[in-house]
Amino acid sequence: MISQPSQTDSEKTAKKKPPVNKFVIGGVLVFVAVVILAVASLRGNTQYFLTIDELLSRTSGQTQNVRISGVVIGNSIAYNAESNTLTFEVANIPGDNTTIEKMGGLAEVLHVAANDPTLKHLKISYQGSKPDLLKDEAQAIMTGSLGSDGIFHISELLLKCPSRYEDSLPAQADP
Amino acid sequence: MIANLGFGFLFIAFLISLYAIATASYGIRTRSSVFTESARIAAEVEFPLISLSVVILLGLMLSSQFQYTYVFRVISQDMPLLLKITALWGGQSGSLLFWVWLLSGVTAASFMWGKTKQMKQLTPWVVIVTMTILAFFLFMVLFLENPFERIWITTAGQVVTSFIQPAGTYPVFPSAGIGLNPLLRNLGMVLHPPMLYLGFVTFLIPFAYALASLITGKSDSQWLQVTHGWSLAGWIFLSAGLVLGSRWSYDVLGWGGYWSWDPVEIAALMPWLTATAFLHSVILEERRDLFKRWNYVLALLTFCLVILGTFLTRSGVLSSVHAFSESSIGPVFFVLIGLILVVSLGLLLWRWNQLAGSGELGSVFSRESFFLFNNILFICIFLICLTGVLFPIISEVFTGQQVTVGAQWYKSTTGPLFGLLLILMAIVPLSVWGASTVKGLGKTLWKPAAVSLLIPLVLFLFGLRSWEGILGFWLGGSALCILGFDLLRTVGARSHALHEPFLAACFRLIVGNHRRYGGYLVHLGIVLMALGIIGMEFFQVQTQVTLNKGTPVSFKQFSLQFEGLNTLTLANSNEITEAQIVVNQSDGKFFTLSPQVENYPKLSQSVTIPAVRSTLAGDVYIVLVDWQPFSTSSATFRVYYNPLVAWLWIGAVVLILGGLFAFWPANPKAVSEQKP
Repeated sequence: MISQPSQTDSEKTAKKKPPVNKFVIGGVLVFVAVVILAVASLRGNTQYFLTIDELLSRTSGQTQNVRISGVVIGNSIAYNAESNTLTFEVANIPGDNTTIEKMGGLAEVLHVAANDPTLKHLKISYQGSKPDLLKDEAQAIMTGSLGSDGIFHISELLLKCPSRYEDSLPAQADP
Repeated sequence: MIANLGFGFLFIAFLISLYAIATASYGIRTRSSVFTESARIAAEVEFPLISLSVVILLGLMLSSQFQYTYVFRVISQDMPLLLKITALWGGQSGSLLFWVWLLSGVTAASFMWGKTKQMKQLTPWVVIVTMTILAFFLFMVLFLENPFERIWITTAGQVVTSFIQPAGTYPVFPSAGIGLNPLLRNLGMVLHPPMLYLGFVTFLIPFAYALASLITGKSDSQWLQVTHGWSLAGWIFLSAGLVLGSRWSYDVLGWGGYWSWDPVEIAALMPWLTATAFLHSVILEERRDLFKRWNYVLALLTFCLVILGTFLTRSGVLSSVHAFSESSIGPVFFVLIGLILVVSLGLLLWRWNQLAGSGELGSVFSRESFFLFNNILFICIFLICLTGVLFPIISEVFTGQQVTVGAQWYKSTTGPLFGLLLILMAIVPLSVWGASTVKGLGKTLWKPAAVSLLIPLVLFLFGLRSWEGILGFWLGGSALCILGFDLLRTVGARSHALHEPFLAACFRLIVGNHRRYGGYLVHLGIVLMALGIIGMEFFQVQTQVTLNKGTPVSFKQFSLQFEGLNTLTLANSNEITEAQIVVNQSDGKFFTLSPQVENYPKLSQSVTIPAVRSTLAGDVYIVLVDWQPFSTSSATFRVYYNPLVAWLWIGAVVLILGGLFAFWPANPKAVSEQKP
């Protein structure tokens, strides 16, 4: 059985100072340890976020382990089951939200960029199966490295498909 | 028009929230209970009013009124009734209205069931806080994300959406809608968002009482007593919401995982972390009059994170790097978060000196200091999450370049901290309040600790060689040993002292101490969940194979045999391709798995539906990846073996049950008996 050791008041006040310091030191040590842990784990686990234009125009600086965002070109999507390789092309879209908002929203920006023949396309190669959301005019956010073959080899692929009213409306519209 | 009525109810609700704020303020100034009572009733009226608006929107959705933007977006005729209802929270503006509705419901309930008589002084301030938050959200629904907007077309053929008909346009009556994204057409969508949202909005109540208590300068712990049930309820809902979300991810997203450290997930996890810390530190204030200021900080911080989380989660569905770019509500949210932060911080600093608790931290090995350590760990995990989510913004300020952190970073930084929490959870039941020594703790700890050492030994003998796995299982196992040991010890003492039979003593002890044993049950749930997480993180096996008819392929202890592939077209023109795989077990038994891919040609999207065979030892999880259009003799699959993952879901159920058991109104006699 555990019993609660009784404490007289004089004992309490005598003990008062050192424990508080202990707790402060302990707390600081824990915090420092966590910060060290967090910073140490940053190595190799961070990526620069670039637009495709920025990536392609980089002559110096990093093109390895970067994160880019672009619009998927639907008819370029191909999957090879034997080698488990997914390839597709993406085109540049602006990187910051304010510009996207000014140009009429993400859905509009993606639609325009996917159908702009003047934009340069970047070839993407991914070891893995085709995600359900990989389709024409989807926004792809990818982490990977630019190879000497000009293909961007990715290890991570996130997708987003905002829908435009205009795509499905005119055919169904009944004014 | 009925939609105008829906909008009108919302507008009246908005005016009433302003009325409630004004009358409550006037009531406080003049000390008139008539005015504060009127404000309270006004706050209760919000719920039925907003309910009417929700019913109208649902009516528009169920009767397929596609001229309304929201209905057009989330409803298609081929969706079953249940999914049509869930579409209420499947899109932007609907989910915001749903959120507001839940918020008004929780607020009304808190006034109706709350002990308002005891809390006369706090009530008008609680009205002001809750109605200010509600007014903010109603403003957003009314003027920025209106679910009753209609579709119009200009003479030039341009499509415009607006609530009021813009000049030079005429209305459009589409004959069909787009419908929910196929990935959201899943049972997981029925419960996951409502649970998460309920969890979010419930934390408004502790927040409002904390602010009211700061404003009125009542430095007692009354606000905690009144809101304890709400905090616990919010925590239960939030936990359920998070688990249902990861279950949805496991069932639908087909990548064999349950948690991907996506910013949206983290946004929902952050308030859970601070709320969990809060539920623990509250005990210290009740028992030892410690951590009074800290409890205010946690209650205020949790609601701040709820608003941040709402902002992040409700805007994007799946990927979330730019989750909030789609909507115009950003600035309003930032104003709200800023306002909450400034008011909370200002009031805390103003009252800081009055809030000192009388209690003192005893020795380092006392229970209070373990609780302190628990809080430090939860806050550290929260800070890591916050840093990760904000890292792109922070790095852009300092380097001009956005830098993001990946899932691996979260895993390697929070992993050790979660491990420490498991250790702490194991030790705490045996620690004592007040002064205690390491010797005293060691004396009670060594027996269960020695028993728990059998776990790594047995695992090693059975051929397990991953040290992270062994360590994790040992931590979880020792927590179980200690929980059991503590229960046996306490029951034994009771049965001895009161001369009760052992089982009766056990039953009466547990039933009489809801909060304590509810907490134990939650801890048991956490240990079981840890089992599943360790299995997935360290022992998951996956491979990609092309299977041919008649050629079995072995995978782990199984042999996979491809039986065929067929495609059928549904009435709604969707195509379902289904493969049959017979999985033979080493003991001669077998089962069939049928992974599917459903193609939605209208939406040019497909949905991969994994086939899962779940046992307590592990899940066989098969995804159909690729097949040739005209050949049914072979297909490519991704096959996973997910060891112990079932325990993740079992543990989650135990955790929720434990929370509910703790929530059960305690028998006051039994509680006073237990208190030292």
